[in-house]
Amino acid sequence: MGSDPVLKKRRAEWLVSLPTLVWLTLFVVVPTLLVFAIAFRPANPYGGIGAGWTLETVRSLWTPSNLAIAGRTLWISLLTTAISLVLAVPTGYTIARASARWRNRLLMLVIVPFWTSFLVRVFAWKSLLHPEGLIKKALETLGLVGPEATLLYHPAAVVLVMVYTFLPFTILPIYAAAEKFDLRLVEAARDLGARPFQAFRKVFLPGIRRGVMTAVLVVFIPSLGSYIIPDLVGGPAGEMLGNKIAQRVFTDRNLPHAAALSAVLVLAVLAPLVAVLVLQRKSKRADIVMGEAP
Amino acid sequence: MRRSRFPIAVTALVMAFFYLPVLILVANSFNPARFSSRWQGFSLVWYRRLFESPEIWQALKNTLVIAVSVTAVAAILGTAAAYALHRYGASRLQKVHYTLIYQPLVVPEILMGISLLMAFVAAGVPLGLFTIFLAHVTFCVSFVAMTVLGRLQDFDFSIIEAARDLGASPWQSTRKVLLPVLMPGIVAGALLAFTLSIDDFVITFFVAGPGSTTLPLRIYSMIKYGAPPMINALSTLLLIVTFTAVLASQRLARLKR
Repeated sequence: MGSDPVLKKRRAEWLVSLPTLVWLTLFVVVPTLLVFAIAFRPANPYGGIGAGWTLETVRSLWTPSNLAIAGRTLWISLLTTAISLVLAVPTGYTIARASARWRNRLLMLVIVPFWTSFLVRVFAWKSLLHPEGLIKKALETLGLVGPEATLLYHPAAVVLVMVYTFLPFTILPIYAAAEKFDLRLVEAARDLGARPFQAFRKVFLPGIRRGVMTAVLVVFIPSLGSYIIPDLVGGPAGEMLGNKIAQRVFTDRNLPHAAALSAVLVLAVLAPLVAVLVLQRKSKRADIVMGEAP
Repeated sequence: MRRSRFPIAVTALVMAFFYLPVLILVANSFNPARFSSRWQGFSLVWYRRLFESPEIWQALKNTLVIAVSVTAVAAILGTAAAYALHRYGASRLQKVHYTLIYQPLVVPEILMGISLLMAFVAAGVPLGLFTIFLAHVTFCVSFVAMTVLGRLQDFDFSIIEAARDLGASPWQSTRKVLLPVLMPGIVAGALLAFTLSIDDFVITFFVAGPGSTTLPLRIYSMIKYGAPPMINALSTLLLIVTFTAVLASQRLARLKR
């Protein structure tokens, strides 16, 4: 009956969970499944979805130009992740080491760009790299580049702006791990004769590896799906998978094609996620074996 | 033993890297020159041009209408979700619930945009302000839920039981005990939802229809099709709005901790 406390608790749980469960099923789960379904539907000439089923779209993905785009998306994302980590590890370490007052200030400085308009930040770089922009003019004055050089519309510009955008997301998990790490271990290693870089590599890095893994995920995954950055500063030479998807939707008006490319992106995003989950589980087990606190 | 200065030097460089581009942009919004490399004195000419543009006002109106309604709905849904996650965290239903809520935080925006577009096209929903509203609520709910969940983490549920023991009805104990404690978290989450909605470009771009241009969409087309430094002025105004909201939300999240 309704007076049974267990049943009553179950009912209360369903009642408060139901609104978000329904909403997210309707607007996250169903649409994601639809992407996979539409990849197997033909396009109709009006930019919509035709009747029947076909393997044609999926088969047509395997073209040299698509492979080149996929390859570029991968290396740009990997490079962005690597550069972000190289900058984030010393920064996270410094913040964790700082006095309470400086730590709060630095953290605030890391968090603020995180909330400033993404589009505005990309635009700031676009105007700096513009042929009439400040950086171009400065490099020209220093004699480092000729007046004909272009800084924009180049894969390097994409990597630069992506590092700029994703670096705050990388610093935070590294800082969180460094803060929990007992920094005296680094000093102990130094006292025992380790050189600074050795102490860093053999003691500090393994100690914060879980933070590093999270940092890799939060840069690598959004990098794979980048769209605005290559669109605004990349030009044709810096096109990524996201640009192809948008082109299929807005220029070619071919939704099944866009769906097939998006399905590839979904799978590409899932792969690192699963890999890190497995690695983390393994490292947890290793901790237990080595007698460290889990 | 001397501590290495290298990490501090990197940190200083990173901070300069974060802030210089934005500071230069703000400075240039007061520069009447067409190109940013020449400073021609302080002027508000781009701001005046901005205020004279009817498209900007229309886009601002759309943006605010969406942001306010999204904030209201996302705050309610997100708070209920956070409560469920915290109170019944161990159950299998909540594990599914948590995975669903976490999804929009990890999935690249373009995937969310394209999948929602497919869903709206398949269901025959006309694209416009309403579809933007639905899309924004979907990602804002997760951010509100996570913010409120953070607040709930140090909430002691025995207070609620104490209130019940003292004769409060379930509704009274919720309204008089739980909600006041959660309020700073809810407001912080709502402010976050508000700024995210105002700022969103990628998802909005996919689900917008004719006549539903928002400020970010407007800025994008100005960047793309070479509108003058008016964008600097518009960006500066947008920065001020988001800064204020974030500072307020940070204050509230820290309150009474």
